[in-house]
Amino acid sequence: MIHPIPPGSRDILPDEMRELRALQSTLIELFEGFGYGQVATPTLEYDEVLQRGEGRSGLGAYRFFDERGELLALRSDMTIPIARLVATRFADVPPPLRFSYVGNAYRIVRPQRGQVRQFMHAGIELIGSSAPEGTAEVLGVLSAALDAVGLNRAVLGLGDADLYRQLLTELGVEGEDRGRILDRLAEHNLVGLEAAVDEVEGLDAHGRETLLRLPGLRGGAEVLEQAHELGGIAVERAAQRLQETYDLLVERGVAGRVQLDLSLLRDLGYYTGAIVEIYDPALGHILGGGGRYDELIGRFGRAMPAAGFGLYLERVHLAQMEEERLTRGRSADARARDSATRERSEKGPL
Amino acid sequence: MTPQAVEAPRARLGGPLKLAVPRGALWGETLDALDRIGLDTAEMRADSRALVFNSNGLTLVTMRPSDVPTYVEAGAADLGITGKDVLLEQSDRIVYEILDLGYGACRMVLAGREGDESLGEAERRLGGMRIATKYPRVAERYFEETGRQAEVIEVKGSVELAPLVGLADGIVDLVATGRTLEENGLEIREEIAASSARLVANRVSHKLRAAEVDNLVERLRRGKS
Repeated sequence: MIHPIPPGSRDILPDEMRELRALQSTLIELFEGFGYGQVATPTLEYDEVLQRGEGRSGLGAYRFFDERGELLALRSDMTIPIARLVATRFADVPPPLRFSYVGNAYRIVRPQRGQVRQFMHAGIELIGSSAPEGTAEVLGVLSAALDAVGLNRAVLGLGDADLYRQLLTELGVEGEDRGRILDRLAEHNLVGLEAAVDEVEGLDAHGRETLLRLPGLRGGAEVLEQAHELGGIAVERAAQRLQETYDLLVERGVAGRVQLDLSLLRDLGYYTGAIVEIYDPALGHILGGGGRYDELIGRFGRAMPAAGFGLYLERVHLAQMEEERLTRGRSADARARDSATRERSEKGPL
Repeated sequence: MTPQAVEAPRARLGGPLKLAVPRGALWGETLDALDRIGLDTAEMRADSRALVFNSNGLTLVTMRPSDVPTYVEAGAADLGITGKDVLLEQSDRIVYEILDLGYGACRMVLAGREGDESLGEAERRLGGMRIATKYPRVAERYFEETGRQAEVIEVKGSVELAPLVGLADGIVDLVATGRTLEENGLEIREEIAASSARLVANRVSHKLRAAEVDNLVERLRRGKS
């Protein structure tokens, strides 16, 4: 008998479970080692709690009514439940607070897209430690985590969530124009961005150039110099924030895997300041992300700066497999070269 | 992911950049654009059956235009060229839209039969129009945004047939010269969007191979006819 399960969900069998469990415990032990105690929160939350955290509604959570008619949601993210937990259960505990988590989160999917409704998320939250020190600590743990799971080639894209909001304010772009430009930037639609920028009345040539050139700036420390050339208060401030964080990352020895990226704009509503995306050359999808959310905990009644990251474990697992395969391929190549060399030397010089 | 799929090589970012090249309506002009940036397309022009070509340090992968976003989103191709119409229809695919290549210009339109008011009549007397299209998501979004109700019927072949035999009151389709519409006794009623060929990039390739991607983008920008 075949009994179906909903598309976008799946069973995990022992071979995969063993590897995922190893991955989870590697990460959780590493997080604990850095002082991030593991917490677990309910899979179900009141929808009102998730919406308070998002600052807007309808970001793809599954919602339904319980037997009393309360609107519930399956958590679509682990950060908001932890913000709720901190405000409620740690209301008087002096900061900083350090928590880690591993668990399933759920998001609405479009059919036939290979998207998953349920995904395993692991990460940390550092609450009560501000930029740049807090950000650098979180990115240091992230870098150690990537090494611990064998993704030595993984790259951290580091950007600034406030850059474009502040830049548009500085340029006097408000209302619909502003919304359109931010939407195009979030989609990374550069053709649409140019059209949206050209629709803004009264924008000078320099403002236009800044808006169109910034999203192309990504790379090493030279990116900050290029931003510097564009000038303006908002760009200058964002570059300054990034520079401070970057300097601390240099001290921690993780700057080598950091790509500064002024095009980043994550789609979650709560980010402020630094934002991060995680890439591995073996995989075409991002492995996770994070950043600062200095206002989120305040929405639950205890204003504190905070930062964190989350990794999609299934994708990390996939990247691990790819990296292993590439390593196998390389060592097979090396063996082939070795034996060819041996053969040649046995035959003597040609 | 099925266990069998594991041994197939997955999308992997390494080696020469992979560019997805659309067969079909954009094929000729795309090859011309590649010629202009100094790629050798003679082999592609000669051999119509091969799918993968190597040319001057790039791997060119040929496919249907509507498959380009799928390959690029997954990283199976680092970059791709496809029509804006395809990107509009597959707007939930996460690909970066980098450059308007300018060629392949056409319009997405709502069309009905010439001199026939069945579109308006259907809306007035039946509360909604029946619209045949190959672009159901574009059509649905358009009617939603303009506050009208329509029954969108997806067809795969010649859309012009649908209003002629009474399957639909009108069509939403892509029009370049308008000759096909004219030949079938149809006329444009409303313009929905403009389309042309676009260069798209995989999200991770755009970050991790930034210099190579920017270089290719710049050459294509300069080579625009």
